[in-house]
Amino acid sequence: MACSATAKILQPLSIRSAEKSESCGKMLSPSSFLGSTPLPKKLFSVNKTISPLARRSATIVAVSSDVVKEKKLKSTQNLLITKEEGLVLYEDMYLGRAFEDMCAQMYYRGKMFGFVHLYNGQEAVSTGFIKLLKKEDCVVSTYRDHVHALSKGVPARQVMSELFGKNTGCCRGQGGSMHMFSKEHNVLGGFAFIGEGIPVATGAAFTSKYKREVFKEDCDEVTLAFFGDGTCNNGQFFECLNMAALWKLPIVFVVENNLWAIGMSHLRSTSDPQIWKKGPAFGMPGVHVDGMDVLKVREVAKEAVSRARRGEGPTLVECETYRFRGHSLADPDELRDPAEKAHYATRDPITALKKYVIENKLASEAELKAIEKKIDEEIEEAVEFADESPVPERSQLLENVFADPKGFGIGPDGKYRCEDPKFTQGTAQV
Amino acid sequence: IRSEARTISGAINGSRKTGKVITKAVAAQAESPASAASKPGHELLLFEALREGLEEEMDRDPRVCVFGEDVGHYGGSYKVTKGLAEKYGDLRVLDTPIAENSFTGMAVGAAMTGLRPIVEGMNMGFLLLAFNQISDNCGMLHYTSGGQFTIPTVIRGPGGVGRQLGAEHSQRLESYFQSIPGIQMVACSTPYNAKGLMKAAIRSENPVVLFEHVLLYNLKERIPDEEYVLSLEEAEMVRPGEHVTILTYSRMRYHVMQAAKTLVNKGYDPEVIDIRSLKPFDLYTIGNSIKKTHRVLIVEECMRTGGIGASLTAAINENFHDYLDAQIVCLSSQDVPTPYAGTLEEWTVVQPPQIVAAVEQLCK
Repeated sequence: MACSATAKILQPLSIRSAEKSESCGKMLSPSSFLGSTPLPKKLFSVNKTISPLARRSATIVAVSSDVVKEKKLKSTQNLLITKEEGLVLYEDMYLGRAFEDMCAQMYYRGKMFGFVHLYNGQEAVSTGFIKLLKKEDCVVSTYRDHVHALSKGVPARQVMSELFGKNTGCCRGQGGSMHMFSKEHNVLGGFAFIGEGIPVATGAAFTSKYKREVFKEDCDEVTLAFFGDGTCNNGQFFECLNMAALWKLPIVFVVENNLWAIGMSHLRSTSDPQIWKKGPAFGMPGVHVDGMDVLKVREVAKEAVSRARRGEGPTLVECETYRFRGHSLADPDELRDPAEKAHYATRDPITALKKYVIENKLASEAELKAIEKKIDEEIEEAVEFADESPVPERSQLLENVFADPKGFGIGPDGKYRCEDPKFTQGTAQV
Repeated sequence: IRSEARTISGAINGSRKTGKVITKAVAAQAESPASAASKPGHELLLFEALREGLEEEMDRDPRVCVFGEDVGHYGGSYKVTKGLAEKYGDLRVLDTPIAENSFTGMAVGAAMTGLRPIVEGMNMGFLLLAFNQISDNCGMLHYTSGGQFTIPTVIRGPGGVGRQLGAEHSQRLESYFQSIPGIQMVACSTPYNAKGLMKAAIRSENPVVLFEHVLLYNLKERIPDEEYVLSLEEAEMVRPGEHVTILTYSRMRYHVMQAAKTLVNKGYDPEVIDIRSLKPFDLYTIGNSIKKTHRVLIVEECMRTGGIGASLTAAINENFHDYLDAQIVCLSSQDVPTPYAGTLEEWTVVQPPQIVAAVEQLCK
């Protein structure tokens, strides 16, 4: 096995040292592209022999990409992040976790209803990717989108009041949990049907390319499309992989493979469970990364995003991650093996980052505690804001169905042509 | 008063057997000059009118782009985009792979981020594959985002029953799309309104579905040289009259006008309105007409069940019930997958003799 010689490989997160032998495959450089990342066998999964093609041996000391020439070879002293970056990452992940926990509380108290899908456990993916983006870059997500919106910069109070269905929410209460949109922060949703958002992300990336080539602007905006393992069996996924690779669109397809689509195990529904392999089939690099480790995700994300910014085209990144809660708050979550859940609980990304930051003396325990307190207060304040916000009025029901500023065409008598009062009325300012 | 035969100008040789339907369409304006001396404007076919409208808009606004199968190098399967790829480049007139759902979604994403894409379905029926994106994303995103994002797309393509094209290529999707909240639907029928509606649809901030008809692409008409944009929600008065209001759209307009000739000869005076705007209905024009004639006949190519006629009947009944002297009669296509055989296909859609009979029945 290639990892026998890699006992000295430094892990960015030392929490994993106990599992070196079993998961050492993940120590291999996740950002060696072109689908060359060999996969270790997953725990609790059927043993599949991995095809030996392009198996790279782990000669690299730490997580780094040898494609990115400007990265110096890491020695034990060189860390992956600076203190500021570490604190930003920690704060973002903690915000995501605290927010989702508060959502669960509020749901069970009857403040929000419907389908609420929580992101606990997957924060590393959102933080690892989105914190690298500029404000003009776009993010497209699925129904598990609260944390993507938060990472992108949508204020927690707006997201919370959207969940409460108040008119101060980011979508005026009209979207809800599964439809988080923000024009200001370029969050293009929030889609309830899986796979629906991927073409939208492809379109946003197309706009970026269009601006560059038709408007001749200096545009390097990138789009990230987040979706899950279940989506990877959907036609829209494949169609968009094809189009993105064909036109070299600046997009990164991020698969949050948490192994479960409600109650359907990824292995039971997919003929080849290694999703990263589907990238090279369409002519783009496919990368597998440990999605419970924010630093690894960030390294891969840097490479993928800068690839897209340079105009080299799309990348498919498969992040192996896990959701600690059920699919949604209505899901009894009976099918998952408790041992599996326990295993992934030990790989909690927030705990791992905390350990890394403290062990590498990037910040003190007190500083992290201060951040946590700040976030807790922010969440409390968000809940208060949402509670106190007004519910939408009746007049809001028919606003914003159409974008035409005058509502529908005005007839010669100055009234709307469509006199049917049961039809829609005007539109509102947002 | 206004029912002279001159407004039914233009020979309507809509014989089904001779291929293309009509050479000269009916002038839209009531005040068209009676003299046929050298008229201003230029003559062109309907697909050329669509192309002209498209080209003018693409010149005017660099954000306008076209997505579709074979729109670029091939020029469009009905030649609507012919020559545009050479002029504007492969990115503005994008040849997509055969993935309707995804490229329609791509158009939505592009529209949300600032472009103004036009999606061409090679045949309207193919857009059934894009129904997910049209319904959920095109229609809904403006609302679910609280008004933050607009989706200024135009979705267009040829539909309707053609010349023995078989069931799947002869679908009328107006009825399938009409309930989707958030999209506007228009149907063009003459070169004049095709160009005007195309331009209006592109300029509109709403997602608009523009229904064209396979058999109308070779209609020839003289259209103005000056730029004009029609209102998307306005219906067209084809022939003013007194006795009965006939509401129609797209190809059935020509069947109605053919029937109108017969009716006039029999002494009736039908008022023919091409409703053009399928969603929302132009109840202003329609209402005024009903208040005058008190009788309504709807002639459409859509299916009977849940079609445009059904919605229009409901809307008229709710709003203008007091003005009606007789029950609304709606002639639609049979609820049948369009058969291949020519004779069967002919009986699927409404034919002029049926229209004449219906008017006679209505005006008894």
